[in-house]
Amino acid sequence: MSETGNHEHPSPLSWVLVAIAWTSVGIPLLWGIFKTLEKAKLLFG
Amino acid sequence: MANWLSKQRTIARPNFNRWLVPPAALAIHLSIGMAYGFSVFWIPLEHAVGIAESVPCDTDTADGIIDSLRGILGYSDSGPCDWQRSALGWLYTLFFVFLGSSAAVFGHWLEREGPRKAGVYAACCWAGGFLISAAGVYWHHIWLLWLGSGVIGGIGLGLGYISPVSTLIKWFPDRRGMATGMAIMGFGGGAMIGAPLADLLMKYYAGPDSVGVWETFVTLSAIYFVAMMGGAFGYRVPPLGWAPSGWQPNPKRKRMITSAHVHLNMAHKTPHFWLLWGVLCLNVSAGIGVIGVASPMLQEVFGGKLIGLDMPLKDLTVEQAARVATIAAAFTGLLSLFNIAGRIVWASLSDYIGRKGTYFLFFSLGAVLYASAPFAGEIENVALFVAIFCLILTMYGGGFATIPAYLADIFGTQFVGAIHGRLLTAWSTAGVLGPVLVNYLREYQVGLGVPVAQAYNTTMYVLAGLLVMGFFCNLAMRPVAAKYYMSDKELATERRIAHEGGLESRN
Repeated sequence: MSETGNHEHPSPLSWVLVAIAWTSVGIPLLWGIFKTLEKAKLLFG
Repeated sequence: MANWLSKQRTIARPNFNRWLVPPAALAIHLSIGMAYGFSVFWIPLEHAVGIAESVPCDTDTADGIIDSLRGILGYSDSGPCDWQRSALGWLYTLFFVFLGSSAAVFGHWLEREGPRKAGVYAACCWAGGFLISAAGVYWHHIWLLWLGSGVIGGIGLGLGYISPVSTLIKWFPDRRGMATGMAIMGFGGGAMIGAPLADLLMKYYAGPDSVGVWETFVTLSAIYFVAMMGGAFGYRVPPLGWAPSGWQPNPKRKRMITSAHVHLNMAHKTPHFWLLWGVLCLNVSAGIGVIGVASPMLQEVFGGKLIGLDMPLKDLTVEQAARVATIAAAFTGLLSLFNIAGRIVWASLSDYIGRKGTYFLFFSLGAVLYASAPFAGEIENVALFVAIFCLILTMYGGGFATIPAYLADIFGTQFVGAIHGRLLTAWSTAGVLGPVLVNYLREYQVGLGVPVAQAYNTTMYVLAGLLVMGFFCNLAMRPVAAKYYMSDKELATERRIAHEGGLESRN
């Protein structure tokens, strides 16, 4: 294989997988951020 | 199973989408990042025997040292007694000692065996550690907690922390900082998810016979095992020599980004390794010292002003002091958020302004900010004080996230994971140095009669001094001399040992 390029044309399906993977880690992370902000707002209340 | 874990099995197929690798790394880092959130278990564990009220250890009847040891372990003449905070706090020490040492010891093994095997072993250690700890809580043996979560879990932390570094750097040669920043952001964010989740679970499991901790440990073990195994099996390594289509290194920064490779066993013989060790240690020492005292510092510096009363902390009623403590807890939560944000923002920025330029900002701006904090306290400006420390914490997190890319720039990518593992001993050192420095300086100031509201001023100037030292370490960084690089023959040998000789894509 050549050193460049062969992996640079991901299929449309792979982008669906990317979306699923990022959602799987993104949802818990956003929940954690929300819980932290919920506590932090006391500082400004 | 062993075959599934081999490095050859993780080589990406043609048209693999490299954006699948960062979430795999995040799944592992978000799981092991719960290490920062373990304090959520302290209060329930201090009531694990008595449930409603803590059962103190009866230390009157037996003699001296043995009785004290039995008290620490939670046994007394009249039966089991509750563990003390000081005994539980050893878990933190064990976490970071074993994180640093296992990263240093297993880094070279990881480079040979690949990230998937390291990720699976990390999952087994981290989740298995929770199970052993659950048994420790159930049978009331604190040594099982130290062994389970502290030692075995700590080894899992080290393996998990370094597992994606080398792989991400190889997948994202064009955005090394951003790629490692995304993963290391997860380690900072793990407690933000894990601590409230553990709190919910403990409330769910708590009953008349249990504070709900061992059941929570078992549940978390299962959740983290699934998440980490998912991450480990999501890892793919790029074929040898892979680069993004059409990508060329930026010629402007080429001098500070080598295309050669330094062997792991040669890296620590270069002054560059020790300069970067100093950079990481000094940056982390200053930040970790602040994190440890953030809550009491805000309360002592501003006292009643946090709730609109012009009086020092010691003159507040119990109810007023509780309100101040709640606001201080909100401050620590805000700091953790900025710590995480700094990891991704600064590391990504380093791809544009260079790693040396990024640390130049950390150390110069950081020193100014630390030196300005006492001024914000003197003028009683809470918003300015909070803003200063939020910005400082972004640079603390950014320091962690940018260092793997700095190492790859200086030493090449062949051994970057292993070299990073060894560099993490700087973190272990800073974990002791920073808090000790901050706490002892404060006590020394108070002992001299300095009012508690001003007791942190000298500490802040000392921390600014640490950053000035870091500034000069970073300033001295130059490209590694050619004599330290591996020859083509040595590189070929290492790649063969690391099963990279035929790392062509599988069809």
